[in-house]
Amino acid sequence: MSSRSRSTLALRSTALGYLALILVAPVGLVFYRTFEHGFAAAWHSVTTPAAQHAFWLTVELVAIAVPLNTIFGVAAALAIVRHRFPGRALFSSLLDLPFAVSPVVVGLALVLVYGRKGWFGGWLADHGIQVIFSVPGMVLATIFVSLPFVVREVIPVLREIGTEQEEAATTLGASLLVTFRRITLPAIRWGVAYGVVLTTARALGEFGAVSVVSGHVAGQTETLTLHVQDRFEAFDLAGAYAASVVLAILAISTLASMSLLKRRGAPA
Amino acid sequence: MSIELSGVRKSFGDFVAVDDVSLEVRDGSLTALLGPSGSGKSTLLRIIAGLEVPDSGRVVIAGADRTDTPARSRDVGFVFQHYAPFKHMTVRDNIAFGLKIRKVPRERIRERVGELLGLVHLEGYAGQYPSQLSGGQRQRMALARALAVEPRVLLLDEPFGALDATVRKELRAWLRRLHDDVHVTTIFVTHDQEEAMEIAEQIVVLNEGRIEQIGAPREVYEHPATEFVMGFVGPVTHIGGSMVRPHDVDIATTPVAGGTEALVERILHLGFEVRVELVTGDGLPVHAQLTRQECEELELREGQIVYIRPNRLLRAVA
Repeated sequence: MSSRSRSTLALRSTALGYLALILVAPVGLVFYRTFEHGFAAAWHSVTTPAAQHAFWLTVELVAIAVPLNTIFGVAAALAIVRHRFPGRALFSSLLDLPFAVSPVVVGLALVLVYGRKGWFGGWLADHGIQVIFSVPGMVLATIFVSLPFVVREVIPVLREIGTEQEEAATTLGASLLVTFRRITLPAIRWGVAYGVVLTTARALGEFGAVSVVSGHVAGQTETLTLHVQDRFEAFDLAGAYAASVVLAILAISTLASMSLLKRRGAPA
Repeated sequence: MSIELSGVRKSFGDFVAVDDVSLEVRDGSLTALLGPSGSGKSTLLRIIAGLEVPDSGRVVIAGADRTDTPARSRDVGFVFQHYAPFKHMTVRDNIAFGLKIRKVPRERIRERVGELLGLVHLEGYAGQYPSQLSGGQRQRMALARALAVEPRVLLLDEPFGALDATVRKELRAWLRRLHDDVHVTTIFVTHDQEEAMEIAEQIVVLNEGRIEQIGAPREVYEHPATEFVMGFVGPVTHIGGSMVRPHDVDIATTPVAGGTEALVERILHLGFEVRVELVTGDGLPVHAQLTRQECEELELREGQIVYIRPNRLLRAVA
């Protein structure tokens, strides 16, 4: 064996060993523990009313946060790349705030603004709207933490495609809307798709911010991640593992749908 | 359609790209905007298309003031330097784009796209994507796409700039023929004087955002209005403070009236023509261009003393 192929082998084993240790073993173990006592037992754990409610609440949060952040993300990316306006640099760095700030801090900030004693909270409560310890607050928290993904994925793609195709469409008589729909959007679609996948994954897995604003009421304000914690703390390990597996399956299918889409979209 | 620009000015920050340009382009003509990079020629073209808004001045197309008309309503065909193909569409869909937007009936679109594919010699490529085409083919597709909507004016920004020399030569001749067939008012931007001479009926020479001269190719070459034009549209050499084209230098082996004594330093045979490098008595280099036959008749050799005289002066240097 040449020294070259030996070093390649060493490199590969190190990389794979690292992955196995950090990723595959823990996740695999969760799957193993879940189905240790058979499929029926696992099924029973994930079909309790609290688990079902947690599942649907998670889906609801994702279904609200992802489309909103996608629309906002594409619009913000267009504004940053295609337009010059005062405060553009500041706007661009503000978008990274959710990356930099710990989710717990995000949750606390939301409580400060929308809580009963917060800026808006009192006024909202007088009008019968409860944000904190209720679903609206959890939606806000999810939107906040998953905000930057679409923007950050779309900006480099927009820069790369340049303005010539859009200008060409304009000289051929296309309006702004038509140009966006038929030229810009198809050109950035993979950036958007990847941003959506990342946003979805982040929204599914969010724990800290949602935890602070939710109030942890089982069957009411408990997402899957919070449900996992709840089961874990109640020494119901089977329930915790089973809910974790549901989360993992959701995340994995998100990534898989992305690869499928990409294969179908080739070769453009 | 005719195009008239009056007092057009455009700056980007401190940089004045186009400085008080007035210009008239006749209906159906073929005009070149010629100048070095940064001379404002592309900006001027984009102003005509409506892709840039001038700071001041008017743009009149076919007698109507279009200064405030958005690009999409100007009926102008624009071909970009890098072709700007719609990468996610086939050649057919690229060409049909403008027609689809105008809600032209599907049957008519198919007919028109077929005609255009023939016009630009891309018949077999309708179903291909731009990434599968060569540079020259992409260029022709971009032209067909611009021509599809029957624009009143065709604008081309460095149309052959990104192509290799052979393809470039071919496309130049082809563009000339195309213009004879289609007869749409055409303006193209180039930094290549040979290209401008070969294709255009009228050349507009630009430098630092200003027009240096407007004229037919021969006029610009033989009667350059400024020193800049003189140097830009062809080679020049200096004899005794005067500027002259190297092929307008007469060489004699015996003293002649008004001749300057010079030493033949090198003789370079470049196929049909011969380039003679000389040094005058005051040590200044001069070069002359002769045909092979002229050179043989003179029996020139290196190290010989000759007498040179311009047979046609361009303009005395101030």
